[in-house]
Amino acid sequence: MAMTPISNLVRHEGDPHVIRSGPSSLGMPDQLARMLGWFSIGLGLAQIFMPGRLTRWLGTEGSENLVRAYGAREIGAGILCLSIDKELGLWSRAAGDGVDLATLLPAMSEGNPQRGNAGMAAALVTGIMLLDVLAAQSVRERHKRGNGRRRDYRDRSGFPKGVEAARLAASSSRRIAPSVTATHSPVG
Amino acid sequence: MKALVWHGKEDIRYDTVSDPEIQDPRDAIVKVTSCAICGSDLHLFHNLIPAMMPGDIMGHETMGEVVEVGSEMDGRLRKGERVVIPFTIICGECEQCKRGNFSVCERTNRNKHLAEKIFGHTTAGLFGYTHITGGYPGGQAEYVRVPFADTTHVKVPESLSDEQALFLSDILPTGWQAAVHCDIEPTDTVAIWGCGPVGQMAIRSAILLGAKQVVAIDRLSDRLSMAEAGGAIPINFDQESVIGRLFELTDGKGPEKCIDCIGMESHVSLSQPDTIYDRAKQMLMMENDRPHVLREMIYVCRPAGIISIPGVYSGFSDKIPMGAAMNKGLTFRMGQTHVHRWTDDLLKRIEEGQIDPSFVITHSVGLEHGPEMYKVFRDKQDSCIKVVLKP
Repeated sequence: MAMTPISNLVRHEGDPHVIRSGPSSLGMPDQLARMLGWFSIGLGLAQIFMPGRLTRWLGTEGSENLVRAYGAREIGAGILCLSIDKELGLWSRAAGDGVDLATLLPAMSEGNPQRGNAGMAAALVTGIMLLDVLAAQSVRERHKRGNGRRRDYRDRSGFPKGVEAARLAASSSRRIAPSVTATHSPVG
Repeated sequence: MKALVWHGKEDIRYDTVSDPEIQDPRDAIVKVTSCAICGSDLHLFHNLIPAMMPGDIMGHETMGEVVEVGSEMDGRLRKGERVVIPFTIICGECEQCKRGNFSVCERTNRNKHLAEKIFGHTTAGLFGYTHITGGYPGGQAEYVRVPFADTTHVKVPESLSDEQALFLSDILPTGWQAAVHCDIEPTDTVAIWGCGPVGQMAIRSAILLGAKQVVAIDRLSDRLSMAEAGGAIPINFDQESVIGRLFELTDGKGPEKCIDCIGMESHVSLSQPDTIYDRAKQMLMMENDRPHVLREMIYVCRPAGIISIPGVYSGFSDKIPMGAAMNKGLTFRMGQTHVHRWTDDLLKRIEEGQIDPSFVITHSVGLEHGPEMYKVFRDKQDSCIKVVLKP
């Protein structure tokens, strides 16, 4: 509904416009995937443009280029989460969370004065990884092809007199042969 | 009134909208009794067709009862008449309409400046589609305004049910035109990629036009079972090589006629690397279409054969093997359907019992279930092939 007042400004006068919005085809898992996608893009941009602040806070100065690379990965995963291949995006986010955790482990050693921050970041990443996995599983559940019955349509020929009768009629009459380019008489 | 409204990618809502009004003396208002979700609605659902706007009413397969007419109808359409509304809006007077090229009507696209910039020329106005084709509110609604209604309608005899007549609006003439474009000879093998609703109609059309054998290609067993019921030889591309099997069925020569009922959203599969390449480029907005089927058809089609494309393509397609197409002397025929060119003949065939298009309906539900049915149809759940909605 948020965008409809704007698009209504350029809508042809007299065309119906939305008065009240109702139920959507987007389910909760889809909306969660969308939210995580935008989060991923935001985090990725922060990692690309402010890697120094992040490494100082974690006590991992000198790894700015690695943070930038992780930022690019986050943006890629975010784009996937916002696409129709959102399940792939969510799983790639979860895998990325695993890589982040592995990267944070050395920063939690005794020698790092910022190890408290690194521990906090690791806890946050663990929580988000659980959310990513949960979202990926619920998206899969909502959209899997196996939902509903599997049916066989071998009884639906579409030819009330049967396929063979249709073939026979075609071969005997050949009345048809409609022209691709025939000039058509005006309608009305 | 209630309508199914586009709000963005994968976001169709069952909204309350204002009622349509007569805007022009050639308009009519139709109370919708049945409408359907089309495969091309899924391109909009995926936001792959440019120039949709939040608030656009979906739907271009519609029929119903005329409840109001403009002042210039001259008796060509009256209140109470039962009509199918073709998805292409036509004036019936321009040079293209007079030639029967209704889908490129020169007068009905009210945003023709957009189409001219993008396509070079205007095309006809379409219901429930992009603003490049006029942005006309669609028929997945309780009521629809029909512009140029005196020419944009097909009258339906009382003897036919909604289910038998509804698909004259799009998928039946679309499948039919695709088959007619093939100039089918009694010795021909016609290979059809995609067993969705248009593919199913193309299969029946090829049989009715006298093809020697019709081959249907898909990966879903329910769709292939329906194709087989219509007289086609099924190929499941998840289980066997399409090219190998087509050569086997044609003594190594390839099918003379190939029909692409897939269009811009070919299935993405690890076994077909070009489909992954296309999907990645499409996601990054570096390519509009995923033309895997087109590449496969060009490769397998017999030299001097015909390639017919009813599947929708929206913009730019990469890596089309034009060298093979040119050297093999292939003929390409394509386009949105000139619905009115075929409806008289098809209506007669339905009345005569040659074909009953209602076979394709797998789900018939109330309009309020529309948002959920978009998901079910897109995800191919519950063996869904065709959804009819009843406002």
